[in-house]
Amino acid sequence: MVRFVWLALPLLILAAIVAYVLGARPLDRIGAAAPPVEQVVVEGTRLRPGVIELGIRADGSQPVAIAQVQVDGAYRAFDLMPAGPVGRLDGARVTVPYPWVEGEAHHIVLVTSTGATFEHTVEVAQATPGLDAGSLWRLAVVGLLLGVAPVATGMLAFPAMRGLSAGTFDFLLALTVGLLAYLFLDTLSEGLEAGSAALERLRGQTAVWVAAALTALALFVAGRWRGAAPQGAALAGFIALGIGLHNLGEGLAVGGALSAGAGALATFLVVGFIIHNVTEGIGIAAPLVRAKPPLSLFVLLAGLAGLPAVAGVWAGTQAPGPYWLALCFGVGAGAIFQVMVEVTALTVRKGGFAALGGLNYAGGVAAGLLIMYATALLV
Amino acid sequence: MGLGPFGRIPRRGLLRAGAVLAGAAFGMERSAAGEQDGEGAPSTGHGMAGRHGQNRVVGTVDADRNGFDPMEFLTEFDTGVVTTDPDGRQVREWTITAVDREVEIAPGVFFPAWTYNGRIPGPTLRCTEGERLRIRFLNAGSHPHTMHFHGIHSARMDGVPGAGEIGPGEAFTYEFAAEPYGCHLYHCHSIPLKRHIHKGLYGAFIVDPDPDRHPLSREDAAARKLGTPQNADWQELVMVMNGFDTNFDDENEFYAVNTIPFAYFDRPIRIDRSRPVRIYLINITEFDPINSLHVHANFFDYYDHGTTLTPTHRRIDTVMQCQAQRGIVELSFANHEPGLYMFHAHQTEFAELGWMSHFEVV
Repeated sequence: MVRFVWLALPLLILAAIVAYVLGARPLDRIGAAAPPVEQVVVEGTRLRPGVIELGIRADGSQPVAIAQVQVDGAYRAFDLMPAGPVGRLDGARVTVPYPWVEGEAHHIVLVTSTGATFEHTVEVAQATPGLDAGSLWRLAVVGLLLGVAPVATGMLAFPAMRGLSAGTFDFLLALTVGLLAYLFLDTLSEGLEAGSAALERLRGQTAVWVAAALTALALFVAGRWRGAAPQGAALAGFIALGIGLHNLGEGLAVGGALSAGAGALATFLVVGFIIHNVTEGIGIAAPLVRAKPPLSLFVLLAGLAGLPAVAGVWAGTQAPGPYWLALCFGVGAGAIFQVMVEVTALTVRKGGFAALGGLNYAGGVAAGLLIMYATALLV
Repeated sequence: MGLGPFGRIPRRGLLRAGAVLAGAAFGMERSAAGEQDGEGAPSTGHGMAGRHGQNRVVGTVDADRNGFDPMEFLTEFDTGVVTTDPDGRQVREWTITAVDREVEIAPGVFFPAWTYNGRIPGPTLRCTEGERLRIRFLNAGSHPHTMHFHGIHSARMDGVPGAGEIGPGEAFTYEFAAEPYGCHLYHCHSIPLKRHIHKGLYGAFIVDPDPDRHPLSREDAAARKLGTPQNADWQELVMVMNGFDTNFDDENEFYAVNTIPFAYFDRPIRIDRSRPVRIYLINITEFDPINSLHVHANFFDYYDHGTTLTPTHRRIDTVMQCQAQRGIVELSFANHEPGLYMFHAHQTEFAELGWMSHFEVV
């Protein structure tokens, strides 16, 4: 009973403090004349013939009223759904009839009731791809070329890897760590970039770190469920999962380029990613060298690492808001981090911590980083 | 492999493009606007959806709340209170108060303005050359202000810091003779000047010529002077070209004549074509070097600063003014068929941001 009182007391006092701040408004005297703080981000743009649609999200000290809309420096008739001020963290859709020009840039300015302006640029105007079966299939082919094909191709080197000496095998594992480290840094920076575009209060960049940490923790726990660190097929599975989440990000990039009207650029991206991703297939196969994996396992791993690219391409053309993108990249980074640690743990188990200082390990990591960076230059 | 034409575009930038160039949140819905052939935006209630080609502001400004109406402002002349001093000279007096006020400068957009008498532009002060003018100025605002008249006066009456600038709660009386005749303006000259002007402290100051002082052009002078039979035939309009920088980035978000963007577009200015038109045109636009007036399907005579009785430009259809430049436009629609005739800034940027209007010639 006494314990209950001591638990309830802090809660009651907390409620009293909140009630005082909201009710008596002691802070108003400090910033009495301050105008309302407003923030609006455009989370997505959809172009239909003669119409521009913006998905927006608002934040601030009070609901944000979108009063007027400029397109290319001209005020335009527009429609706001739902009508009226947009509440804190709420979304709305702005529909502007506008004869946008294919392949050109358009600049949009949202003017709020306080006269604050929020700008958004459509870099290259192009009708947003539809979601009919034909489009989905064409986009899926792009995703398969991007993700599954190169990973599977890389795995074809597996028979050659089997005959390698123990030293070369260690080098191969270190190489895998290096390429994972590159993907980790790359995914993380994409996530932080997307996070910075989200509404401030959503703390997109922090969300990336939190998502990464939670993912890594969850996968550690899952991986060591039976008390032992994952190795062999299980480790290969975790590597494939981490790489798959990274390839989801690559799919988003290509899908975004397609919807941005940069078809030539998308082709270019796909070619670059294919070359880049062949190395990933080698990395996934590396822990299996000492085992006798069935062919079906390779099919499974290739699917796990490659198929997320298809989902990425689909989602990329319809791009989710920057906050969701940031979370997605955070999860990817966390998954990659977990496998980096587990692969390194494998090396430590075999050769002790001294192995980490060896030329074989360091050289492998360095080679992995450099190969990934060099092939990324093709993208 | 070569980098190709897109090689310089960083991949990270593309990812962001992916993030913003589409919106899954929209799903497969179709908006009402699309189903109505691009005419889905709220109607102005004037049945003119087709005329503006969707280039307009949405909604209407509450003139009652603002306390002034751009349509009434066109023809509102504040002639003050006239008395005669002991020497028999005509004296004209006004009381002007500077007040801070939130003004709806475009539908739904509220601007923290500084105003003369609570309105933007301030009242149009009209007098006749040679009169003694007394302007009692009260500062009910929160910053120091002045009234600086474009006219001829002594240094003491200049309305600048050190000569006629008053702090909140103070008063000052400017006194000088009304000269020269013409189309002039007044504005606050406190520092920082840009801020004091664009916040709304300006107005028209019209000095009519005295026909008795211009015996050789008596008729022309009389036609200018308010209240004469010769003047009664004219349709006189005051147009102060201004703009508002609502986000304080030293660029205007809205342009207009007489404050409200597109005000005379959906509600055209009615012109009786049997009578001549005289426009007192003043440019007080801040931040942009020039502004201009272009009248469709017509040509006009222009009197720069209004300080001559013969035109300084004849038969032009576009005139440009730097800030504080002003002049008188005289034109006629006598031989035109009735209908809507546009007039606007021929900086299309300004026009599309609000400085776009119609005459409705009947």
